[in-house]
Amino acid sequence: MVRKILMAHGAGGKLSAQLLQEVILPAFDNEILNELHDGAKIGRLAMTTDSYVVRPIFFRGGDIGKLSICGTVNDLAVTGAVPKYISVGVILEEGFDFDDLKRIVQSIAAAAREAGVKIVTGDTKVVGRGQADGIFINTAGIGELIDGVDISASNVRAGMKVLISGTIGDHATTILAGRHGLELPEGVQSDCAPLNKMIQEMLAAEPRIAMLRDATRGGIAAVLNEIAQAANVGILLDEEKIPVREEVRGVCDILGFDALELANEGKIIAIVPAGSADKILSVMRKNIYGKNAALIGEVVSNAAGKVGLRTPLGSVRIVDMPAGELVPRIC
Amino acid sequence: MRNGNVELVKEIARLAKSKKKFRLMEVCGTHTVAIFRSGIRQVLPENVELVSGPGCPVCVTNDDYIDKAIEYTREGFIVATFGDMLKVPGSRSSLAEAQSAGGDVRIVYSPLDCVKLARENPDRKIIFLAVGFETTAPTAAATVLAAKAHGIKNLFMLSAQKLVPPALRFLLKDTSVKVDGFLLPGHVAVVIGSDAFKFLSVEFKIPGAVGGFEAEEILIALKSLLEQIDSGRAEVTNDYRSVVKAEGNVAAKKILAQVYEVADVEWRGMGMIPASGLRMRDEFVAFDIERVEPVAIERTKKKTACRCGEVLRGLVKPTECPLFGKACQPLHAIGPCMVSVEGVCAAWFKYGGNNFTW
Repeated sequence: MVRKILMAHGAGGKLSAQLLQEVILPAFDNEILNELHDGAKIGRLAMTTDSYVVRPIFFRGGDIGKLSICGTVNDLAVTGAVPKYISVGVILEEGFDFDDLKRIVQSIAAAAREAGVKIVTGDTKVVGRGQADGIFINTAGIGELIDGVDISASNVRAGMKVLISGTIGDHATTILAGRHGLELPEGVQSDCAPLNKMIQEMLAAEPRIAMLRDATRGGIAAVLNEIAQAANVGILLDEEKIPVREEVRGVCDILGFDALELANEGKIIAIVPAGSADKILSVMRKNIYGKNAALIGEVVSNAAGKVGLRTPLGSVRIVDMPAGELVPRIC
Repeated sequence: MRNGNVELVKEIARLAKSKKKFRLMEVCGTHTVAIFRSGIRQVLPENVELVSGPGCPVCVTNDDYIDKAIEYTREGFIVATFGDMLKVPGSRSSLAEAQSAGGDVRIVYSPLDCVKLARENPDRKIIFLAVGFETTAPTAAATVLAAKAHGIKNLFMLSAQKLVPPALRFLLKDTSVKVDGFLLPGHVAVVIGSDAFKFLSVEFKIPGAVGGFEAEEILIALKSLLEQIDSGRAEVTNDYRSVVKAEGNVAAKKILAQVYEVADVEWRGMGMIPASGLRMRDEFVAFDIERVEPVAIERTKKKTACRCGEVLRGLVKPTECPLFGKACQPLHAIGPCMVSVEGVCAAWFKYGGNNFTW
């Protein structure tokens, strides 16, 4: 059978990782890429790129334009950099609504202003009807690494604490609801936001933060599994301390999802020295994007490469790496 | 909540002292996953064993059903389905592969979405893969009624709806199946009512407890089973009273009876079970794709070491299958129990085989 690309190859789970290992990395092999951080570190610079294909393109709390800036800004910020310059490439489908494009461009501009980055170059292409789905955006960004900061899985040690900047699963839930006509209460919207300023405040308070990741595709389950494996440590979470909105929990119940595996676009995981956890938390909570920040677990010396979750019953279960595309349950 | 649960766990431990071994079957895949996720297995006494039953619709759907669905995509139909069905292996490939090969497969979250799909694509024929138990069958029936009422002529069902009680009856007639009590699915009971499971205690003298899906609700139902076993009683208790009525949801049952009649159907791993499925009544034949435009598929019997059939009957644990976790994993599943997120093997693979000790 001829192998074809499946949707799950782009879903950030095991198949995505397999694609990287089998096809991408062997071809491009170099020491900077092989770090596999959200952003590449080149001397004192950090660089990253991401493509945005979200559907629907407008959703509660954001749109594809805002997302394309926030995603790239956050990837730079979690590398320990101050994001500076962004490129925007747009692929449009023939027949796309002109006013929608204007709205998206305005949204890109507003997000860039808020994040304090300049859009310094770009490109526009149009393809025939049916050859794309409305609009796709690619952004790349460059930032300056902050002196004295070293964000790396290799700095993660047993005893360190795991922080999350707020409620999980809001983005994925909003998108899914929008796509499938589920009614969500007013309060639930995508968490799409530029987190670079909050991250700078955190790093100013404690430059020795070991690891930062934005918990996008695959949710905190994917990100924490990646950290546990890269750092060869165990990570033990406390289910009762993980902030999840009631409405998000409800959608998970209906569709059979695990909130730990749902994508976020405005939440970071931070692994920090135990002694500074409270200080960093209070800095996060003062920022609008971290007001629900919480300490959700710790790094342990055994169970290397694994993530565990202490349930409200007091037992501990494994949190696996999500396998790929989200699928709903059927009964 | 937490204290209540701790009390329940203690009570279960006390009740479990009376007998050497308790073998309880959670019938439904939703329960299997909820039990793993909430860490219930780790807090139960060692002599209380939970075995999983045949209650995952994807897992009990036959190869040739998938083969037919794939064949319809080749013939240009839009095939609409719940996401779970995508990766289920047919005899040669899956719907996900058919989709990559150009087949038009759409994921829906409710069969009612298909009415919209049919309206938006008036020149295409849409087939909904109506797979499921009593929980989802009423919405499929409502979809057929809506399509009929609105004169929609391009929406069809490829139907493999199944019924839970006949499968349990079939299991209990199999003398190799040893079960001391059933944890019964709350969402199925919402529709058919807790009374629909009464035959367990009346005919087979086996206790049952209808349970919800929160940790506390599951523990309450398990406690009820142990209490019954301890005192030598066999009843079917409704431990999900806030949601389940003895008679079920009368309106949903009425819609079901209006659209469907009971039929003998084949279950993967268990074979033909009498009166265990639903077939569309003759007056709705225009919506039954197999009667309107049947497709021919080649029936192939695969030789495989897969033990899904025994797993579904609670005869063996997934870990006793030689393929489990080796040749058969969620990314390259051989048996259907490894495909569905609610499949027994997938749940064991994701949560069960791996302990977190620190």
